[in-house]
Amino acid sequence: MSQEHVLDIRHLTMQFGGVVAVNDFSMHIDDGEIVALIGPNGAGKTTAFNAVTSVYEPTNGEILFEGETIARSHPTGKMKKIFAGGHPDAFVSQPIIRHTPDEITKKGISRTFQNIRLFSGMTVFENVLTVQHLRKKSNFFTAAFHLNGAEEKQMREKTMELLKIVGLQDLRDEMATSLPYGKQRLLEIIRALATDPKLLLLDEPAAGMNPQETLELAAFIQDIKRKFQLTVFVIEHHMDLVMGISDRIYVIDFGKQIAEGVPSEIQNNQAVIDAYLGGDDL
Amino acid sequence: MWNTVFPYLLSGISVGGQYALIAIGYTMVYGILRLINFAHGDVFMVAGIVMVYVVSSGVPLWLSILLVLLITSLIGFLIERVAYKPLRTAPRMSVMISAIGVSYTLQNLVLYITGGLNQIYPTIPWISGSVTIGSATTKMVTLVTPVLTIILVVALVQLINHTKIGMAMRAVSKDFETSQLMGIKINSVISVTFVIGSFLAAVGSILYFTNYTTVIQTSGAMPGLKAFVAAVFGGIGSIPGAVIGAFIIGIMENIIKGLDVILFKSGVIKAPLGLATFSDAFTFALLIVILVFKPTGLFGEKVTDKV
Amino acid sequence: MKEKKLTLANVASALIVLCLYVAVFIAEQKLPATSMLFTVLKKGATYALVAVSMNLLNGFTGIFSLGQAGFMLIGAYVYAIFTIPLEQRVNVYQYYAGGVVQFTLPVFVAMLLAGLVAAFFAFLIGLPVLRLKSDYLAIATLGFAEIIRAIFQWNQLGPVTNGSNMLRLFPTFNDFNIRNADGNVTVYLSTLVPLLVAGVCIALIVMIINSTYGRALRSIKDDEVAAEAMGINLAHHKRLAFCVSSFFTGIGGAMLAMYQTTVQAKSFTSAMTYEILLIVVIGGVGSVTGSCISAFLFVAASEWWLRFLDEKQMIGNWEVPLLRNGFRLVVFSIIIMIVVLFFRRGIMGTKELPDLFRRKKKAGGELK
Repeated sequence: MSQEHVLDIRHLTMQFGGVVAVNDFSMHIDDGEIVALIGPNGAGKTTAFNAVTSVYEPTNGEILFEGETIARSHPTGKMKKIFAGGHPDAFVSQPIIRHTPDEITKKGISRTFQNIRLFSGMTVFENVLTVQHLRKKSNFFTAAFHLNGAEEKQMREKTMELLKIVGLQDLRDEMATSLPYGKQRLLEIIRALATDPKLLLLDEPAAGMNPQETLELAAFIQDIKRKFQLTVFVIEHHMDLVMGISDRIYVIDFGKQIAEGVPSEIQNNQAVIDAYLGGDDL
Repeated sequence: MWNTVFPYLLSGISVGGQYALIAIGYTMVYGILRLINFAHGDVFMVAGIVMVYVVSSGVPLWLSILLVLLITSLIGFLIERVAYKPLRTAPRMSVMISAIGVSYTLQNLVLYITGGLNQIYPTIPWISGSVTIGSATTKMVTLVTPVLTIILVVALVQLINHTKIGMAMRAVSKDFETSQLMGIKINSVISVTFVIGSFLAAVGSILYFTNYTTVIQTSGAMPGLKAFVAAVFGGIGSIPGAVIGAFIIGIMENIIKGLDVILFKSGVIKAPLGLATFSDAFTFALLIVILVFKPTGLFGEKVTDKV
Repeated sequence: MKEKKLTLANVASALIVLCLYVAVFIAEQKLPATSMLFTVLKKGATYALVAVSMNLLNGFTGIFSLGQAGFMLIGAYVYAIFTIPLEQRVNVYQYYAGGVVQFTLPVFVAMLLAGLVAAFFAFLIGLPVLRLKSDYLAIATLGFAEIIRAIFQWNQLGPVTNGSNMLRLFPTFNDFNIRNADGNVTVYLSTLVPLLVAGVCIALIVMIINSTYGRALRSIKDDEVAAEAMGINLAHHKRLAFCVSSFFTGIGGAMLAMYQTTVQAKSFTSAMTYEILLIVVIGGVGSVTGSCISAFLFVAASEWWLRFLDEKQMIGNWEVPLLRNGFRLVVFSIIIMIVVLFFRRGIMGTKELPDLFRRKKKAGGELK
């Protein structure tokens, strides 16, 4: 391991039954980069995200975050026979490592969801306030008896600061799900920021946004990246956004990587053009 | 040894058959609506009460039995229409709460009608008669139950596999929304399911109460819960699973009831341990073990959750 | 649950609660002790506490548990076992030579212990059960309650639990009354104390709900996947909610023992759990205030206001038909079914007492 990447995915295969959703996929992201993962619908982008955040356990492969292996697995049991990905033996001799999603978040990876998943019974303010629970210093009893006043105050102040960044401070007491769609997306992003991540995963942040909003979102992502010293990993369909903000781009189709490079390279890559024009509309 | 165990085994098979007839109602409803129909045990109890009142009003026995089957099926139909149908789009928990409400209502209604007194179940000639097999003297119903259960289950499986309504039921239990879009009349399929479930519960109640001779408003709660456990044990949604689960639970429960005697007579223990207290608890322990280690039961299909 | 400040709404709510307590205290001194009002208040306080505990699980954390009767049983037994006066033990444990427990604890210590033992059992039960989802969890917890009931009736445990026999002669609510040297009551506290105990416990639950832990629990109810992705450890927090809820349910069980004056395992059936669930639903799943109001209404309606339905009533010379023993419960069940079917949000929805003094906000959230 010569150089330490922020995120390093090695030979990741995700197989569900006989379906190989991600096949022998490797990629890395360096500190301070904005890297995009693109590909037609069903190419396996969100599955890769779910593997990084430990929602799914890899069928084969390993994932490193800041040099630490956060997930590693190899096919076992029945999967050994039906495994159809690449490099099936690469990790056999190494111990399996798995975490729960909340442990990954505590390590500093936070995410948003493709189909917005805000806490529907909570206000805008509470949505951001709640997730700071993972950095709490108080224990159950000091919290239950409200002896952690300083910490509560700090959490609330941080929540207000974050809300101000996206201009939601006046809507703080509205129910989160009553916000317009674009604002819900922004709220989900600052909710993810409230967990103090180093790496932020954005799953189609511009879905359902109009060109104007998409443009603003691009500026916003670059803005928070600078402000919070983030590394950003984004899945997106809007090429304007991807080409505008990405340092590098990975393209996958049917679970396999078909291209990698800076935006200008990807734009002219024949395999990418075929993948998109061949099947899917853009 | 065998002579000690045999009577318990025999009554276990009998009770198992009765549980099986109730369990089918649970498993079919769960298969289609994903609802634990908490009121099903009470429908079973109500069938017993109806029998008591119909017979005591002077209706001939054969007609009474037909009436009980008919009325119970009707009650099952009505419960679904009144308490579950309006909640079709509501969260699953609301429907479950409604089922608990129906259970509460049925019990209170019976309490009101009977005054909370044990009702003597009418004697049905022939199946109430005694019979001696080997070391055990038992009622004829003990022998009739497993046979009748198997006949009914075979008939039901034929119905589900080879008729149009059966096909519709299978489709609905596979995919509720899609089958609706495909033009299956969901509501009539659900109604038929409830009618069949209640009908079988009524048959079960005739056999069960002939054995236990009295009915009270709480009589349905325990058999109901156990039948549900049987359904889970066999793999919820699977009819053969429910039947096998019910027989296993019925037998185990009765063996435990006799465990003190069996162990005492075979010299394992010196004094009774009062293990019979656990005959009900055992069923639930089994349930928890199953849920934790094999939630799909013996024959259930795996359902995957999509994140 | 908005940002907490000493707002007018909170002050007004606190004042209302205080006034209610003062009113109860005065009423208790003035009205005859046999008044139905006090029966309702005592049982209502007990049920309110248990209902709020259940709501913490079902309404706030989204764990559909039906084990309440089991935890109440544990609480009631622990309380009774450790408070029966030494000299009475020979009478109570008549088949077990006075039992093995040969000391007594002060009433409040025993209540606390009741809660702790219930919480400990919850911890053990939670290990397998909390991994299950929705209705499977419900039926598994229901099963555990039945197992607990069987264990406490087992005659091999008789020296501790008195087997299937009754536990009795332990201190009850009436022992809170202050008596003078002649044994006459000088200050009546038998209603006020249970209300205070329930009040303190419910206040604690509200404080938990409003803390960072409470918010974490609510996020689990709203969306487990998102909560976990935001760093909330599901297993840990579900277990916490389960234990805390059972702790207060255990104390509720101890209060029920005091209310009933006797304890017997066979009365803690799943029907008891269903009653509490119905109280929670009628009050509004996700509203502490709702559960409290509903508990008192439920008890008052079933024990008091609808009593007349159980007796013959004459209007002039006309005898009202249908009225006889048991009719009250029929009417009551029908009312409950109407609420369950047509007023699914219950009395309060997800609103709390202070919300009633605030400007209207959009109500959100339905039970899942």
